[in-house]
Amino acid sequence: MSLDGFLLEINNLHGGYGETEILHDINISVLNREVVSIIGPNGAGKSTVMKSILGMLNISKGSVKLESLDITGTETSEVVTKGVSYVPQTNNVFVNLTVQENLEMGAWTRKSGVAEKLDEMYELFPDLNEKRFQAAGTLSGGQRQMVAMAKALMIEAKILLLDEPTAGLSPKYRGEIFNTIKKINSTGISVLMVEQNAKQALGISDRAYVLVDGKNRHSGTGATLSADKEVARMFLGGKG
Amino acid sequence: MWESFGFNFVNFYFIPGLVLGCIYALGAIGITLTFGILRFANFAHGEIMMTSAFLTWSFYALVEVWFGLALHPLIAAMPAIVCAIIIAIGVDRYFYKPFRNSPTIMVVIASFGMMLVIRSIVQVLWGPNQITFVKGIAKPNAIVREFTGSFDMMLLVPNKHFWILGGTLIIMIAFNYLLNSTKIGKAMRAVSDNPELAKVSGINVEGVIKATWIVGGFCAAAAGVFMAMDTQFIESTMGFRMLLPMFAAAILGGIGRPFGAVLGGLVIGLAEELSAYPWIGNSPIISPGYKSGVAFSIMVLMLIIRPSGLFKGRVF
Repeated sequence: MSLDGFLLEINNLHGGYGETEILHDINISVLNREVVSIIGPNGAGKSTVMKSILGMLNISKGSVKLESLDITGTETSEVVTKGVSYVPQTNNVFVNLTVQENLEMGAWTRKSGVAEKLDEMYELFPDLNEKRFQAAGTLSGGQRQMVAMAKALMIEAKILLLDEPTAGLSPKYRGEIFNTIKKINSTGISVLMVEQNAKQALGISDRAYVLVDGKNRHSGTGATLSADKEVARMFLGGKG
Repeated sequence: MWESFGFNFVNFYFIPGLVLGCIYALGAIGITLTFGILRFANFAHGEIMMTSAFLTWSFYALVEVWFGLALHPLIAAMPAIVCAIIIAIGVDRYFYKPFRNSPTIMVVIASFGMMLVIRSIVQVLWGPNQITFVKGIAKPNAIVREFTGSFDMMLLVPNKHFWILGGTLIIMIAFNYLLNSTKIGKAMRAVSDNPELAKVSGINVEGVIKATWIVGGFCAAAAGVFMAMDTQFIESTMGFRMLLPMFAAAILGGIGRPFGAVLGGLVIGLAEELSAYPWIGNSPIISPGYKSGVAFSIMVLMLIIRPSGLFKGRVF
């Protein structure tokens, strides 16, 4: 596999929950070591794209490929075993479990090396180190998000899927989360995230997709989209 | 003091209440685990208890007939508990699993049906009448009686109560270790906490469900045997009679909270026994005939005042 090969490819995807089709022809790809954002208005199907990758959606047409292996509709736990880690937007930690237990649960599919991985995570998220034995439910929103990300990284993740990682967080934590995402990416893990804070998201993304009504609307590098007038008007609170 | 109050109270109300509480606590663990992890009220839970008591009696009787050996009921209980766990897993596999993605009410009704089916099978195989589990009057342990008697605090505790109290304590310690220190136990708590997240974390939820039936089935089966040891007889409705107090215990402690269920069980067991104590005057404050009404009242009160239970469990 080349360094710049396709890691994740979503081709002509149609799907939804039950009978309702939410995604109509979605095309998204993520290369190795890339940070890719999906932005778009509410109800555009951004989070639904994440669920389609995890086999939690009825897919009527199209395919999802991980390293050119077709994983369309594969059982969630198997997708996770293949190196896809997902952090849901809400309820993304086990509130009654301690921070450490949360991380251990993230490592469920791991056969060995849990202790080493734990040390690695406490190094990456120093704030969590002193909260190891505290119930995750007692932490602040930003800290919970850190737990959720650390938990997701306990497997040998190839790609991290983040659903609105900064929703509802204070600006201080928002910056910290984006910095952490960059740090994670620098260790060689690709990131695909859905974000409301489009401006900051585009700032750290290599590429981004704009979805509207379950369809691709725009795509391009973070910088191009930031400069695009329509995108600016729609999502960046812009004078465009 | 001891003569006028303590002797009667401790020996005839408090210790029996504690014993009953232990039995309820063990039963309630299974109910609260299935509620937490599978999210339904399992009406067939009492029948697992009852079946294990019948199987224990059968192993005991067979060994006596074939080998002329009188086993301790707890030894005869070992194979019976294994059978009860297999039944619990089998029932889940063939009768509950098909409803995993259906509305909760369907599996609740399925469990209600299983309750009737299991009880009827037991009635067909063993008959509908009471069977004596252990013969004779359980005499108080002589050593304890003499020892405590020398301090003027005579305790009259039959051996069967020591077995039940000690057995429950050992099971609780093991259960605590399982939930907090083993991978599968932590996963059980994780699934109970947030099943969706457990699934996207790659946790094998079906495996966790199986573990839940093993643990819940084990506790239920042990509770059934303890109940039979305590009352010294078994009958096919014994599980059903315990169902209400066990539900009350699970709700009191907070649904999905195993240690809440333990505390709830002890409270309900003690409340039932102590409600018959002559607190005022010489006659029981509430007629013993209303014992099960006490559990029901506690359950209703709890649902009105604090539906999340003492330990802040789930509210439906």
